[in-house]
Amino acid sequence: MLLVPCPNCGPRSSQDLTYGGESHSRPDPKTATPEEWRTYLYLRDNPSGWLVETWYCSSGCRRWFKLERHTLTGELRDPILPGSKTGVASDEATNIQGGTK
Amino acid sequence: MANAKYSAAGLFIRGARKKTWPRVWREAEPKKAYDVVIVGGGVHGLATAYYLASNHGITNVAVVDKAYLGSGGSGRNTAIVRSNYLTPEGVAFYDRSLDLYNTMSTDLNLNVMFSERGHMTLAHTDSALRTMNWRAEVNKLQGIDSSVIGPQEVKREAPSLDVSANTRYPILGALYHPPGGTIRHDAVVWAYARAADSYGVDLIQKCEVLDITCEGGEGSESDSADGKGAGGKVTGVKTNLGDISAPIVVNCTAGWASTISDMAGVKLPITTHPLQAAVTEPVKTFLPTVVVSGSLHVYVSQTDRGELVFGASVDPVATYDMRGTLAFTEELAGHVLELMPGISKMRLLRQWAGLCDMTPDYSPVMGHTQVGGYLVDVGWGTYGFKAGPVSGEQMAEAIATESMPELIAPFTLSRFTEGTLVGEKGAAAVGH
Repeated sequence: MLLVPCPNCGPRSSQDLTYGGESHSRPDPKTATPEEWRTYLYLRDNPSGWLVETWYCSSGCRRWFKLERHTLTGELRDPILPGSKTGVASDEATNIQGGTK
Repeated sequence: MANAKYSAAGLFIRGARKKTWPRVWREAEPKKAYDVVIVGGGVHGLATAYYLASNHGITNVAVVDKAYLGSGGSGRNTAIVRSNYLTPEGVAFYDRSLDLYNTMSTDLNLNVMFSERGHMTLAHTDSALRTMNWRAEVNKLQGIDSSVIGPQEVKREAPSLDVSANTRYPILGALYHPPGGTIRHDAVVWAYARAADSYGVDLIQKCEVLDITCEGGEGSESDSADGKGAGGKVTGVKTNLGDISAPIVVNCTAGWASTISDMAGVKLPITTHPLQAAVTEPVKTFLPTVVVSGSLHVYVSQTDRGELVFGASVDPVATYDMRGTLAFTEELAGHVLELMPGISKMRLLRQWAGLCDMTPDYSPVMGHTQVGGYLVDVGWGTYGFKAGPVSGEQMAEAIATESMPELIAPFTLSRFTEGTLVGEKGAAAVGH
């Protein structure tokens, strides 16, 4: 079981949170080509290694946040809330609603 | 076939003369070049190699696996086969697989212990019952033996189930599929390995593919000049046992399908999730059918040895980690006891996990890709074992004829860009 460090609520069991999947930027629906949109919808990096992903603290602060997780060892690092300017994912932080859930 | 034929008389004579049994397949060293290299030595990879050799006469083939044959999903699944899917494409495909499984023991001269014991999918809600009726009608139109039965008939098929109305999720009925059952999964791997080897296919274990070499492509994300990606053509593979050149490379892996595919510059619509399973101590036979409950996230069958094998839905978090969790065992035990209160004293022997490559529509990704000579047979989620034989047969045809056979044409990678998804979530996912 994963102990997920929510930036607001601290470490919580992964069962208390909702997994949002791989984090990736949502293209602008007004200008995106069908190919860009389908790439965003369906294709995934799915690495065996470090992955930036989104989580929803569904039974705590009810906010989305990002963190980095190693998909083979289960290590976690750098949780970050949207709008925050620090951490690994800051360049994409404004796109945080782009999770798959 | 080059191998000695297995028979009851042969078993008796060898036993009486105390003769040892010969090796079933050769330990092959990789050659410098093959016509086809298949990555992944499980049911899918071995079946593809076997049907390439037997149906199409292509025998200069290598099957490489980074561990041992059948070490991945082929040895970790819960060995259930059925064909009562939801879409007409799915039903036709899985039914062909069941046909091949039915005659496998005689076709491949190895007993795969197919037990055609019937398969019951329980409905605990009105909406589940509605889906069961839908599936039954789709199945009947395709000539599949499948029908919806009531709680009393469920009780008759599996007396240990609690069909009373006093449970949290009362059993309202079930989709009953008599041709479904269980098969000894390791025997299927051995049967295909032995048969492919007898045609001269090289089975190379502990051979890890490190890279797929290509030429002429637009380049991968990491290197724009490596010749990978759309428009490229496969030239071979780099492995820990040396380079192998081959014009055709087939990805038959589960779990690492995305990482292997990245080597050719082909991105897949796949996330890898572990699925956990568990087995109890053996007891006398009391469960004659396979029982599945979507609402309770569990399926259970009893093996020939008497153990109960339990499986569940995939873990929600994508990971390549195959460690078991206590949360799974607790939830599983609770749900199983809800179905069968009588087994509360049984002890679990062990639990394990296998990796499942989940696609957005719960259907596989098969056939040719945007890279010439690079084919995929991946995205098998939680239903790869039951599709092994038909996948091998159809992939072999796709390789030999350089076209897509009708049966697997719906499952191409291009369906995601064309918007023609084959939605099987209602019948393929346990925990929907």
